[in-house]
Amino acid sequence: MKLLVTFSRREGRRPIIAQVVKDTGVLINVVRAVIDSHEGEALIDIPDDQCEIVRKRMADLGATVRILEHAIILDEEECVDCGACISICSQEVFSFDAAWKIVVNSVRCVLCGHCVTACPHGALTQSEET
Amino acid sequence: MILPTVISERYKYPLIDIENMDKPIDVIHERIRDGNARVVTADQMPAIVADLGEEGALAEVDVVTTGTFGAMCSSGAFFNFGHSDPPIRMERIWLNDVEAYGGIAAVDAYLGATEQSTTRGITYGGAHVLEDLVGGKSVDLRAISKGTDCYPRRTLTTEVSLETINEAVMCNPRNAYQRYNAAVNTGDRVIHTYMGTLLPNCGNVTYSGAGVLNPLSNDPELLAIGPGVPCLLGGAVGMVVGEGTQHSPSRGFSTLMLTGNLKEMSQEYLRAAIMHGYGTTLYLGVGVPIPVTNLAAVRSTAVRDEDITVDVVDYGIPSRGRPTLRTATYADLRSGVLTLKGEEVRTSSLSSFRRAHQVADRLRDLVLQGEVPLRAPARRLALTRGAKPLQETTHAPRVREIMDRKIVAVREDDEIKSAAAQLLKGEINHLPVLDPEGKLVGIVTTYDISKAVVNPAKGPLVRHIMKQRVITTTADEPVDIAVRKLERYNISALPVIDNDRHIIGMLTAMDLGKLFGGRWLK
Repeated sequence: MKLLVTFSRREGRRPIIAQVVKDTGVLINVVRAVIDSHEGEALIDIPDDQCEIVRKRMADLGATVRILEHAIILDEEECVDCGACISICSQEVFSFDAAWKIVVNSVRCVLCGHCVTACPHGALTQSEET
Repeated sequence: MILPTVISERYKYPLIDIENMDKPIDVIHERIRDGNARVVTADQMPAIVADLGEEGALAEVDVVTTGTFGAMCSSGAFFNFGHSDPPIRMERIWLNDVEAYGGIAAVDAYLGATEQSTTRGITYGGAHVLEDLVGGKSVDLRAISKGTDCYPRRTLTTEVSLETINEAVMCNPRNAYQRYNAAVNTGDRVIHTYMGTLLPNCGNVTYSGAGVLNPLSNDPELLAIGPGVPCLLGGAVGMVVGEGTQHSPSRGFSTLMLTGNLKEMSQEYLRAAIMHGYGTTLYLGVGVPIPVTNLAAVRSTAVRDEDITVDVVDYGIPSRGRPTLRTATYADLRSGVLTLKGEEVRTSSLSSFRRAHQVADRLRDLVLQGEVPLRAPARRLALTRGAKPLQETTHAPRVREIMDRKIVAVREDDEIKSAAAQLLKGEINHLPVLDPEGKLVGIVTTYDISKAVVNPAKGPLVRHIMKQRVITTTADEPVDIAVRKLERYNISALPVIDNDRHIIGMLTAMDLGKLFGGRWLK
């Protein structure tokens, strides 16, 4: 399961993720992280059954945590099922079904954004909240 | 006036032998009228022929419908807007700020799919205007003229839609490639091409075309497809005009010139698209019905994805002679994975196989409803032609012709101070750094030296501050490619090196000025 963690950096530079790993013993896989002087945003991947414990500890340490559900959104009206998104996605989010229609497995998405620019029909957008 | 008989005598193309059809088209028309015709899509034919044999398939199947749906850049439409009052001879014309060609009569224009908006750039182009019109939208028409006695008006701004204008005729110089080479990138950076985004180091393979469903793959001998034959174009019943441009049947790359009424088209089969970093293009659905009149038609429509081979071409090399890494069939490409240099590389298409099916299905329904006037070609398409490269009378300038041959360089173990002196003496901003054998190992700029003065902690020698990753060019490289490097890496000079990394010159932004000194501008 992927969690999107945002935290402020104004109150010093506490190593939030390292702290949570230490406190909970859950091995956190950081998929993406964007951190500047004011705030940080990290996309982390953890086992589903340990979501709650990680989420709670993160919140205790002052981070905002959101479960990433629909990372990438496909506009069925614009999509022509060409498949340009398939081979450029390192996470194998996209595939064809038996009728050559695009299937999106957005759970795998790490928000890299390559597919959004590569789609010739502008049919893909990243989840708005991110 | 030239009489029709004169034309046929002069004609170098063989005429279609209508007499020798085992099942004349008239008989097929009759079966369609009587509701007894069997019309199938091209992907069904291999199984039918395997099942019934060739003779059996000839007796059973009357028409095979084909289809493809992909990017067809060489597309556009003629418009006749009607005359305004007072009338204008439209010389330059824009539709939603996309320029249409106006050098044809007073109120005619041709809008190409890849022309880009003057105000919105790559995000909107001719293809988008075509899709907007087909979708029922109005577009802004702007035109200017110098004014004449008969056409006094000089400017015009109005809104037009397909309902309000006289004609909107799609006429595409090159559509429906028989097959298309697949693309890969051996370079070390992501490139954006008309074959989509290509990841570095053979990160992915892209391909285009419907293979088993492709119209011309089902008639490689060009016996059934030719001038006057009906087609489905953008959802409307259109017609084959003749050979498309770059038609190369000898190499298995036949193309078609097609026409159809834009007013009858639908967005389901006509979509504007943007190839990131490249430009706008039009995704079009094209299908051609192939009447099964004889065994030759049975055999050609029994083609399978496995039978159609293309080259996998390296788009990382920016010249016309792109190397081929391997060949692959449409079956290989459609499997989703291709082995390249011992590694499995994922493939994906740019054209839609699903929509190609929809085109073939729609065409089958229209044929069964008697809406498609099947006929033999008015003449056979050229079978031997090939596409030639452009004969360039002025050659593209090479780096050797404008590079600075005076080389000022330093050694790795020189002091930064002496490098600074060299820069001042040579009135330059870039110093190549050479090893004892004279090979290029780094570069130092005035900026690097300024930084070293402000922050001397790194050390006193050139090798402490030089950049080791040097972007270089060669004497034979076209200047256009060197300029792309300067732009891409945001730098202002390239050392020119030979095969042994010996430096033979420098190409700086200053040298590019020589191109505008009149030598290359005729």
